Amino acid sequence: MVKAEAVQKNFGRLEVLRGIDLEVKPRDVMCMIGPSGSGKSTFLRCINHLEKIDAGRLSVDGELVGYRQRGDRIYELRDAEVCKKRAEIGMVFQHFNLFPHLTALENLVEAPIRVKKESRAVASERARRLLDRVGLAEKVDAYPRQLSGGQQQRVAIARALAMQPKLMLFDEPTSALDPELVGEVLDVMRALAEDGMTMIVVTHEIGFAREVGDTLVFMDGGVIVEAGKPRDVLANPQQERTRSFLSKVL
Amino acid sequence: MADAVGVRPAAIKAVPVRHPGRWVAAIVVLAIAVYVLYTIGAAIGNDRTVLGPHTGWLVVQRFLFNGLIFRGILVTLELTVLAMAVGIILGAILAVMRLSANPVMSWVSWLYIWFFRGTPVLVQIFFWFNINLVVKSIDIGIPFTSLWLHGDTNKLIPPFMAALLGLGLNEAAYMAEIVRAGIISVEHGQTEAAQALGMDRGLVMRRIVLPQAMRVIIPPTGNETISMLKTTSLAFGAGVTELFTRQQQIATATYDVLELLIVASIWYVVMTSILTVGQYYIERRFGRGSTRQQPLTPLQRFRRMLFTFHAPLPPAVVQAGPAVPGSEHR
Repeated sequence: MVKAEAVQKNFGRLEVLRGIDLEVKPRDVMCMIGPSGSGKSTFLRCINHLEKIDAGRLSVDGELVGYRQRGDRIYELRDAEVCKKRAEIGMVFQHFNLFPHLTALENLVEAPIRVKKESRAVASERARRLLDRVGLAEKVDAYPRQLSGGQQQRVAIARALAMQPKLMLFDEPTSALDPELVGEVLDVMRALAEDGMTMIVVTHEIGFAREVGDTLVFMDGGVIVEAGKPRDVLANPQQERTRSFLSKVL
Repeated sequence: MADAVGVRPAAIKAVPVRHPGRWVAAIVVLAIAVYVLYTIGAAIGNDRTVLGPHTGWLVVQRFLFNGLIFRGILVTLELTVLAMAVGIILGAILAVMRLSANPVMSWVSWLYIWFFRGTPVLVQIFFWFNINLVVKSIDIGIPFTSLWLHGDTNKLIPPFMAALLGLGLNEAAYMAEIVRAGIISVEHGQTEAAQALGMDRGLVMRRIVLPQAMRVIIPPTGNETISMLKTTSLAFGAGVTELFTRQQQIATATYDVLELLIVASIWYVVMTSILTVGQYYIERRFGRGSTRQQPLTPLQRFRRMLFTFHAPLPPAVVQAGPAVPGSEHR
């Protein structure tokens, strides 16, 4: 589903990604851990072209992200094409980024109606089902500010799902939450994984990575230091850097 | 635990600190205000006017509902609404141009704002009023074809149009800065979240950024509208028969200068007061979602006050209170 080969990204002279190689198969859940500044969030944002990569190849479903190749030449995609691809990838942010001027339901139906040109009836029907699925059926008409952090993040997940994405990206979805609210969000994500959604999750929740993840990737300094089955990496890290990171967070 | 709370200390009953200075200051200020108002009021009352001696206030009363004054008010309102419409639409376009990734757009917008903010409105009104001295006709069309529209500057820009152009184009420069401030006040995460859902630039701006920017844009825009209502009096310079010109025309005929200025002032105050109320309700509308609960309108507060004075809170009122869904959190 997602394939990265030697992906590089610089911000000016700062090399944030220094050659990332990985592959995520359909229905897989990949968790990425690592210290802050290691490039995990940047990599996630490259996948839906919120950041442009500088070198290497990154493809989703066999198609390059942000570019098209014809013969030897690589062409940048036009805005409309980029938007079309983004619409197939759901993203959940650390700070939720719900639209504060819209109710929960309006947050969910906005993109399906405007981007996918669905009828309001169809979009609302699915939105209600999704809000019910994340346990917020009774908050349909609440504005984001009337919701707790955990509730907001669950709405944000439902909003991404409303576009019926083939892939979900989670950028530290529980990092901004009070500890007692983390569980409700992780429960929703766990259920989503069990339903077979392909997911890439940047997280600090080691427990979640161990139980739900099919692969665990440890990043540091813009490279993948270690990757493998979560239980193997966590129980028996091969690299010194992985060991020292895990000893601090476990 | 409950036992420990058993004995509650008595509430403190202390003698409050006196503030004699506040009383003295209040009395002095009130005395000065009353004196000034009374002196001016009495002087106008004693003024000798067209109606005879001691008839100043009678003249104010008489011309307050004069037909010419009403026609002037109508023109003032027209000018205000149209100039603000030009200002807001052109201002929004200039703001988007200013934030555009295209450097030419951004610079053109910057130059426009720089120029129109840098010159007095009165100069601009006079400029449009006198443009026919140098530009005889305005022709718009497609080069190398016969598709051309021709217009005489004299006919295209009568006094009203000159005032409208002067006020509107000047306002656009200020509105551009207000709209720009509103747009950049919206958190970048909002744009990213919208983009991640596949929305294109136009959609993100129209559906996500601008509605949120409105909360920042509306209060100063209300301010600008109130300011515009009064600035339209500069159209006097172009001979537009708005409120100020009308009172001036009457005053030159009757010599009751101060009385007619008071008439005009009363109407300006009435109109700005109405605008202030309108602004309150528009702000409330665009504030949706920014607070947990919509604040009550003064009317609602008044009604509730009546209820609570007469009877214990009716159930409807209790419900509308803190029981907003989700408000139990945080």
